[in-house]
Amino acid sequence: MTSGNGVLVRVENVEKVFRRGSEEIRVLSGLSLEVPQGEFLALMGPSGSGKTTLLNLIGGLDRATQGAVHVGNERIDTMSDRQRAAWRARHVGLVFQFYNLLPVLSAERNVELPLLLTPLSKSERRAHVETALKIVGLSHRQRHSPRTLSGGEQQRVGIARAIVTDPTLLLCDEPTGDLDRMAGDEILGLLQALKHEHGKTIIMVTHDPHASARATRTVYLNKGRLTSEKPE
Amino acid sequence: MKYFYLVWSNMKRRKLRTSLTLLSVFVAFLLFGLLCTIKEAFTAGVSMAGADRLVVRHKVSLIMNLPVSYGTRIEQIPGVAQAVHWTWFNGIYQNEPKNFFGSFSVDPERFFSIHPEYVIPDDQKRAWLSTRTGAAVGRTLAVRFGWKIGDRIPLTSPIWPRKGDGAWEFDIVSVYDGAQRNTDTSGFFFRYDYFDEGRAYGEGLVGWYMVRVTDADRVTEVAKAIDAAFANSPHETKTESEGAFAQGFVQQVGNIGAILIAILSAVFFTILLVTGNTIAQSVRERTEEIGVLKALGFSNVLVLALVLAESSIIATLGGFAGLGLAWFISLGGSPIPAVLPVFYLPAQNIVIGVVLVLGLGILTGILPALRAMHLQIAVALRRHA
Repeated sequence: MTSGNGVLVRVENVEKVFRRGSEEIRVLSGLSLEVPQGEFLALMGPSGSGKTTLLNLIGGLDRATQGAVHVGNERIDTMSDRQRAAWRARHVGLVFQFYNLLPVLSAERNVELPLLLTPLSKSERRAHVETALKIVGLSHRQRHSPRTLSGGEQQRVGIARAIVTDPTLLLCDEPTGDLDRMAGDEILGLLQALKHEHGKTIIMVTHDPHASARATRTVYLNKGRLTSEKPE
Repeated sequence: MKYFYLVWSNMKRRKLRTSLTLLSVFVAFLLFGLLCTIKEAFTAGVSMAGADRLVVRHKVSLIMNLPVSYGTRIEQIPGVAQAVHWTWFNGIYQNEPKNFFGSFSVDPERFFSIHPEYVIPDDQKRAWLSTRTGAAVGRTLAVRFGWKIGDRIPLTSPIWPRKGDGAWEFDIVSVYDGAQRNTDTSGFFFRYDYFDEGRAYGEGLVGWYMVRVTDADRVTEVAKAIDAAFANSPHETKTESEGAFAQGFVQQVGNIGAILIAILSAVFFTILLVTGNTIAQSVRERTEEIGVLKALGFSNVLVLALVLAESSIIATLGGFAGLGLAWFISLGGSPIPAVLPVFYLPAQNIVIGVVLVLGLGILTGILPALRAMHLQIAVALRRHA
């Protein structure tokens, strides 16, 4: 799925402007970034620096005001909403800070959600769900409601949901932000295993230097621009 | 179907709220079904009216009588095939005012030929012709009082006392049925010759004539001809179609259709607001979950369909249960046969009810569904953060 030179994600001169009434808020300006296939990239920066916005643009959850976003051989910023939805379902796994599981569904039903968009049969979906839950070490909790799971377990379910369709790219928005150190370490270890053992490309937004230390590369965002140095 | 558990799980999220919403839809459609049944009970006479039948009555009022001799004269008017007289008896059973029903004296030889909607076995018809005190009673009426063929029934009439002030006595020789479901079978018909000889006054008079015309397209012309034939006589006539005659009775109660529509409009408008608000509130509460679904790759159209499915299931479950119960109640027959002898939920109204159920499902869900459809993922996810 790479563009030929081993780069999976290429962000070119992207700008993102939000409007609040007559006021314009420039969140990203002239930002460019390349992420090679198989990299575990940490994206750091102070609050409001545009980390989540950049992640949303790469994941096709939002549209850039200017510039281009390529993932693999596809330019996603020019796709229609419908095309981007279908593209996300095929290629992107999302992990959220607050897990964002549907409380009315069991763990296995939450994990199954992305598979509903595929032509897989019920038994095939079940097999995929079992595999994903096994990878995150939660086979024994598959029928549990999210309410009965700890924060770390809920995030594992969230990761299982993100990988169940075997996407190329995992986008994690502060995946350890709501967890204690021990549970956070387990999640980071799981993400590392997904990179090493399953070849996933991971982009992780984090505030936590301890978390970014587990990544293969860290870039910093400050006032909508990328730097390789941690901002003062 | 693979999305059904998702929709169903959302409905179970707040069980009390969903149950109350279902209940309100259920009650609305139960009311719809029962009111349609009542409307049919009032208007069955209008819908069953023969297109080729006219009613000839006294020009001044229905309570004034016409001479029995008019029958022969009416039948001589071009376009008239047959004229059969009816006389309102106002019979009361066992001297109990609540035991009131429609009772009429008629000519048994000709009555059933002009009224094919009443089905009577040949042997019972022959029995009626040979029994002066014989009476043909409708199935609904027979069931109401537990009457059967061979029973002797005493009736009193505040209009037509019997000579010597005794009670009228009739022998049931026939229990007739309706040719169609909405045929009124609550009538009590007995022989005019027995009635005319026995009444204390009014000999030779009848209530009105039911006239069958040879060509249904000529009813207006024939009606004018009948009225013209009796103009300037002591008993001038007013002739109208049977449908208009029956409609006149219904309108004495009021415009049933308009009353029904007014009540149901208010009910459905309220239900639309209540259910629509419930669905909208439910979707608002799930804004971030909808954002998550979209982030996972659920398309805008799929999200729209999921919300509409939810509102449609609520409308369908509540609506069909309400309609079903109304239909079931109507199967049990009229709770007040003296007032509402015809009591059933017509198929046409069931179809209208089904259309309303589906419409309610779409209408109550469309606004929140569109809102969910247009929800921006980044905005929805930011709410939680």
